[in-house]
Amino acid sequence: MISFDHVTKRYDGGRDALRNVSLEIPQGELVFLTGPSGAGKSTFLKMLACIERPTRGQVFVNGANIGRLPDRQIHRYRRQIGLVFQDNKLLQDRSVFDNVALPLVIAGLTERETGKRVRAALDQVGLLKKDKTVPRKLSLGEQQRVGIARAVVSRPGLLIADEPTGNLDPELSLDIMSLFRRFNDIGVTMVIATHDLNLLDQLGGKRLILADGEVRGGDFDPTEGGF
Amino acid sequence: MQRLNHYFGLHRENAVTAFHDMFKQPLASALTIAVIGIALALPAALSLLVQNGRAVAGSMEDVRDFSVYLQPGLPLEEADNLAAKLRLKALVDKVSVISADTALEEFRDSSGFDNAITALETNPLPHTLTVRPAAVADGDSLQTLAEELTANPLVDQVRIDTEWVKRLSAILDLLKRSVWIAGILLIAAVIIIVGNTIRLDIQSRRDEIEVYKLLGASNRFVRRPFLYIGICYGVSGGLFGLILLVISALILAGPVETLTGLYGSSFVLQGLNTLTMGSVLGGGILAGWIGAWTAVARHIAAIRPA
Repeated sequence: MISFDHVTKRYDGGRDALRNVSLEIPQGELVFLTGPSGAGKSTFLKMLACIERPTRGQVFVNGANIGRLPDRQIHRYRRQIGLVFQDNKLLQDRSVFDNVALPLVIAGLTERETGKRVRAALDQVGLLKKDKTVPRKLSLGEQQRVGIARAVVSRPGLLIADEPTGNLDPELSLDIMSLFRRFNDIGVTMVIATHDLNLLDQLGGKRLILADGEVRGGDFDPTEGGF
Repeated sequence: MQRLNHYFGLHRENAVTAFHDMFKQPLASALTIAVIGIALALPAALSLLVQNGRAVAGSMEDVRDFSVYLQPGLPLEEADNLAAKLRLKALVDKVSVISADTALEEFRDSSGFDNAITALETNPLPHTLTVRPAAVADGDSLQTLAEELTANPLVDQVRIDTEWVKRLSAILDLLKRSVWIAGILLIAAVIIIVGNTIRLDIQSRRDEIEVYKLLGASNRFVRRPFLYIGICYGVSGGLFGLILLVISALILAGPVETLTGLYGSSFVLQGLNTLTMGSVLGGGILAGWIGAWTAVARHIAAIRPA
């Protein structure tokens, strides 16, 4: 479960990206984070990925106060989550297989186990036959699928995606979002930031609307503090 | 056991990848390796110079010999007894006794004053001891020995050129210290060169490092390949330095032999020994590793995903 407890994030210069946000996201939920640019969506996700720390308040993931994790322990936490980026952040000089294998190599899994899991992840995103290709030879949609395979290969309990369809056309976007839906169906908690409201109507899931760093609605019930 | 295999497998992969990475920019890597090689070869060359200097000094031992002129009229047996006592001293390697008669004969043969010498009623020359100091004897200890002999009532005069010995010893000491200073400075230069090269490498791979960290890589995991790159530079630089030294030794061997031959010495130029080779290669590896470490310690931890 994810819990934000009166979280405020103030950047240098005095701008508040998040203001006194308190909410809870239950395990296995699919949450779409929406709102205009500058609403605080990316900051919200950065908190969950331990890229930013709250200025005030606390962020808990499965009971751990990740806002107060010592620097030397952050890498262990990140091994338990999956991250998908708008620009996919693939290593262009490595093959699709090597890119997807990276989290497992970092985690110290054996070569055999890594191979098995990478092939399974690539199969799930429909790219098993392109495992030896380098990312730049793939389409944008395929590159984003590789990014998703890399995010799920270590079987995370939480998957965070920041505008994963931002660079894709509507058809590919639906394709990618359907992939997320499938992973959510097997119990992965997902927090996805997106501008694409049309997709949300087709996929279901819960909405959390942010504006000016505050929760402004969606399927979130402020009086209950959850969905 | 599988974990251990995986751990060593990662190290092996990092080492191989680091070696291949050096050839991604062949010219830049070759220049870096050349500079490291020269920096490692210079102190090693100076060290060899000192070693050869000591060997040259050793091969010209007769230059250190000194003469002890005994009191005129002293019986030859007394001279032999004194020689025997001197041979027991640790500072003395060899003592030869030249009797007054032998000395006169030699003088007659070499001087050309045959008639004048024949006219002499008595032999004016004393018995003489020629003393060859042991290798351990330096200028100061020889001076002390000479003073001890001068004080002996059987001895008339001691002729010793300790200044020459002192000068040679001082020059070799100076060179030895110069080798140490040059070695330390040049190793520091290698550390700085490798550190700067790795720093630039880290900067050019900043995006990749950020991805690694976002996927849960620890600083230790990220810095390991860079440490291996530093070691690869050190090994390559060390090997290049050894090649330079071997080539230099081959070029100089002939002229040195000719020069020392002119001084009547049988000296042969000493080339690389195992210790020197190990020092150059080991120094390269250590400097490469330290250089890489100084860069990664500062820059890897500072990179945070944005």
